[in-house]
Amino acid sequence: MDKIVAQYSRPSYQNVYSEQDQQDLTESLPPLSLKFALPPVANPSAFLRAMTDDHSNPSCPIKLAHGTTTLAFRFQGGIIVCTDSRATAGNWIASQTVKKVIPVSRLSRGEDKPTNEPTPGLLGTMAGGAADCQYWLRYLSQQCTLHEIRHKRRITVAAASKILANLTYSYKGYGLSMGTMLAGVTPQEGPALYYIDSDGTRLPGNLFCVGSGQTFAYGVLDANYRYDLTEQEALALGRRAILAAMHRDAYSGGFINLYHVKEEGWVHHGFDDMNPIFWKTKLESGEFSNVTSEL
Amino acid sequence: MGSPFDINGGACVAMVGKDCVAIACDLRLGMQALTISNNFPKIFNFAPSTYLGLTGLATDVNTVSDLFRYKVNMYRLREERHISPQTLANLVSSSLYEKRFGPFFVSPVLAGINQTTGKPFICGFDSIGCIDFAKDFIVSGTASDQLFGTCEGLWEPDLGAEDLFETISQALLSAVDRDALSGWGAQVYIIEKDKVTQRLLKGRQD
Repeated sequence: MDKIVAQYSRPSYQNVYSEQDQQDLTESLPPLSLKFALPPVANPSAFLRAMTDDHSNPSCPIKLAHGTTTLAFRFQGGIIVCTDSRATAGNWIASQTVKKVIPVSRLSRGEDKPTNEPTPGLLGTMAGGAADCQYWLRYLSQQCTLHEIRHKRRITVAAASKILANLTYSYKGYGLSMGTMLAGVTPQEGPALYYIDSDGTRLPGNLFCVGSGQTFAYGVLDANYRYDLTEQEALALGRRAILAAMHRDAYSGGFINLYHVKEEGWVHHGFDDMNPIFWKTKLESGEFSNVTSEL
Repeated sequence: MGSPFDINGGACVAMVGKDCVAIACDLRLGMQALTISNNFPKIFNFAPSTYLGLTGLATDVNTVSDLFRYKVNMYRLREERHISPQTLANLVSSSLYEKRFGPFFVSPVLAGINQTTGKPFICGFDSIGCIDFAKDFIVSGTASDQLFGTCEGLWEPDLGAEDLFETISQALLSAVDRDALSGWGAQVYIIEKDKVTQRLLKGRQD
């Protein structure tokens, strides 16, 4: 580790980079388009479109894990990030315990932290192709970590999201499938939230829901969202919006994964089975009266 | 657009026990990903101890159940007796085959006890009326692959009424928890010679 740090770092007092230094920095970045094997046909992008899972083409040969509800919103106390945990391949539920919130930046993943102290760094969410999201958020992690080592400060959410957006844009048409949100609080930006997808879209905003259950989550969120929500209200709203989506959307369900990003870093607020929460919500507050509980 | 059998979702299973049979279904009605209703039972009663479960396209589930209500009522008026499960099986089979070139998109499951012999009877059908006689269990619906697995694992011969209830309930609930298009609660009928018990199962609501 020290060797790598020494190799990439410069004395911290050197704030202004010379032209040569800057050139070294930019040229040491790997090219954004990595080398992947493409199908050996005349028009790979058209071929992939025909073979890869798509709403218009459910009988395609390449089945990807799909279906999700993820949400994130900015409020007075930071950013709430909440997701479901279901992975489906067609109608088959492949897993009910997927972790769809991915901490970005290797230096601060907080993997061996025993306490629930805030962990510095960004959070990314996963919707769409599971492999695409995992791979490219890992790639983003690598780039953010290198940025941290080189510049001795954490990357901004704007810059991190742009790395990802430029990447997805360079593969536009090749069948990548991802809808992701990046959330983080940096000294330069304050709380920042970006939406990036596989079309190359990159949008900053206050509130996003992504995935097959997005409309249900938006319904709950739009009805109850205010910027001046308290921390407890915001956590409850995030959980409630995901619960609604899990209930109505066949391709969302499992566990509610809840995070809060604040100035000092992100805090995990549980990975809880939706079923007891659902019955508690129904029986205690009289919501979900559509569900029969008597013969 | 997928197969008409997979648009609305749903699952049904029937099992044989010792002097009893059980039939169970989920309660979901959806339109692809969207759950429309959590209260759409798929099991219909045609005689004191004869039940028919219908999975598949919801509009055909309604049409076919109404059609058989009409046919079974006509049978009862003409013959002045209740229809036996075996006779209903043949009626279902020939009625479905009448639509050989434009079938109803349903997969029926029949469970009952023959009142004359006192013997349990179950069978299943494809959408054009091929009868599948079984000594153990019959499955149908979008979770049928999963149901085959859970039933093969849990079912054993000569289960009593209470054990059969436990077995069919666990088999159905476990199966629909691995299928996106079925679940949202379940209904179980335990049919004995002169007693039928109906129960509602509290399933996962996702």
